[in-house]
Amino acid sequence: MNLDQLQFSPGAYVSPVVGWLNSNFHPFFAAVAKGVEAALVGFETALLFLPPYVVIAIAAVAAAYFISVRIGIVVLLSLAFCLLAGFWTASMQTVALVVAAVLVSVLVAFPLGVLASRRPRVEAILRPILDVMQTVPPWVYLIPAVMIFSLGVVPAAIATIVYGIPPMLRLTTLAFNQVPKSMVEMGQAIGASSRSILFKVEIPSAMPTLIVGLNQCILLSLAMVVLAGLVGGGGLGLEVTRGLTRMEMGLGLRAGLSIVAIAILLDRVSKGALQARRRGPG
Amino acid sequence: MGNVMENKINDADVLLDCRNVWKIFGSRAPAAVKAVIERGLSKKQVLQEFDCVVGVADASLQLRRGEIFCVMGLSGSGKSTLVRLFNRLIEPSLGTVTVKGREMSALKPAELREMRANTIGMVFQSVALLPNRTVLENAAFGLEARGVAKEKRNLIATAALEKVGLADWTSRYPSELSGGMQQRVGLARALASDPEIILMDEPFSALDPLIRKQLQDEFRQLTKSLGKSSVFITHDLDEAIRIGDRIAIMKDGLIVQVGTAEEIVTKPADDYVADFVAGISRIHLVKAHSVMKSVAEFRASHPNIDVHSLLKATPDADIGQLIDLTMQTDRDAVAVVNNGQVVGVVTTRGLLRGVAGNPVEPRVAA
Repeated sequence: MNLDQLQFSPGAYVSPVVGWLNSNFHPFFAAVAKGVEAALVGFETALLFLPPYVVIAIAAVAAAYFISVRIGIVVLLSLAFCLLAGFWTASMQTVALVVAAVLVSVLVAFPLGVLASRRPRVEAILRPILDVMQTVPPWVYLIPAVMIFSLGVVPAAIATIVYGIPPMLRLTTLAFNQVPKSMVEMGQAIGASSRSILFKVEIPSAMPTLIVGLNQCILLSLAMVVLAGLVGGGGLGLEVTRGLTRMEMGLGLRAGLSIVAIAILLDRVSKGALQARRRGPG
Repeated sequence: MGNVMENKINDADVLLDCRNVWKIFGSRAPAAVKAVIERGLSKKQVLQEFDCVVGVADASLQLRRGEIFCVMGLSGSGKSTLVRLFNRLIEPSLGTVTVKGREMSALKPAELREMRANTIGMVFQSVALLPNRTVLENAAFGLEARGVAKEKRNLIATAALEKVGLADWTSRYPSELSGGMQQRVGLARALASDPEIILMDEPFSALDPLIRKQLQDEFRQLTKSLGKSSVFITHDLDEAIRIGDRIAIMKDGLIVQVGTAEEIVTKPADDYVADFVAGISRIHLVKAHSVMKSVAEFRASHPNIDVHSLLKATPDADIGQLIDLTMQTDRDAVAVVNNGQVVGVVTTRGLLRGVAGNPVEPRVAA
């Protein structure tokens, strides 16, 4: 027996599965693709409908009014940078993609994370899956996404969503495990329903860690969005890819810094919005 | 502490009845429970045969209306498990807990919530105040969970905070309050629901001694004046004696002895309890009726003294009061009078024995 013949080729198994999915579930995937695309395009169009100056002004004033003046200034500066760097359209595409992807990631990860904290068995099943998801290089996520949804903004969004789920899920589980047992007991002893306990006791107690989870989710999604530029994801990712492939230092740097500006914007606004609801000193 | 209010305790009116309750923890708990029923295994045998820890073993006690019932035990004795069996935060493995005639294990989830919201309040050692809510919002939380309208619940919660002396602190946050004040908020939260029974799970254990003593007195006074009944968990025998009408001593999941403070101090059920009560001052615990000798005995040893010429005390007078009386005259004895009859005599020897912890006079005179 020749040892050289022994090799493991997962592609040999995965590829027929993807082929089978494509041939049998094409209408389904097409519908998903259409839905995702419509949502993203709608979001983008809304952001690009008004002139940039008006959008910046509205966003900054709203942030200052609803959250704090400091956050309003952050919004103003970061959006102004994107505009002055010449990437207004690309920036808004990226914002639309990241916000939509993060929303879906959170919608998937949060309930699963809560379930995992309640049921140790669910956590035991999820843990190795999350380990694999977090160690697989992000590029690899793009392959199945492209195989099923072909090039464009849809595989970019799908890959971003999938990539954003593990950190949010993990930190949701951690956040709920950290809620003091006596707090939950207090809720039960007082005669509160499990829904009241979840919303009025557990989520407020878990909020600081949940915010960290959301922050991780946003940052990883942004990182993925850049890679998604490779598969036609558009936005700032495309600009970075262009800068790399044409060896244009200035273009790459401007696009990169715009991504940083968007990251700061999304992080501070989401944190501020969630913390504003946690009244109280400190 | 023999004040008038204690007369309100009605022996016939049992609010909470806990009968032969077991709680067995561990993966083979059901099998262990079966063995307990069929073969009457002890706690130790359960641990050996089934590798299951017995949290509470065969506990029975009754809480009467108007009573403060203290459960005293060291950590690991099962007292916190026991109190959680009363409001079904923990399901009993065996036995029944009946509250106001309704069996707790038979309640449906909605009925259980109702019972907890209206009848059984609870105060925790860790206080468990929500840090993101004001003192008022915390005190009103139970009402909020039951869907009471905001104005009404704030009114009730304000009244509850007034009772615990925190009327000026309603808009503060828990982190701005001292430990003692936080625990008052916990008590106000329980009182706001106006429950008949308040379960107190070591509420004052984490406080410093002066504040603890103050809160103990306040709690007893408040409970009595509001006509509430309470099961009070503590690891501190002094605390149990200070506030409890009756005390149960727990050890390794078993209730070793139930009785009044005097009964426990003067007639400890076993060496464990005896060790515990050894350091307790008996001056205010031991009463005349347990240190007196009979009139005949007294006449035999003091033929020259007329019993009726002695100063008189009731059978419930404690040693402190008896000492005061003895010091008022040059006689060495006080007559114990019940319904106009002299029922016995307390001599100085008897008082000394009572203080020393051996109230029974030896038959043979020294």
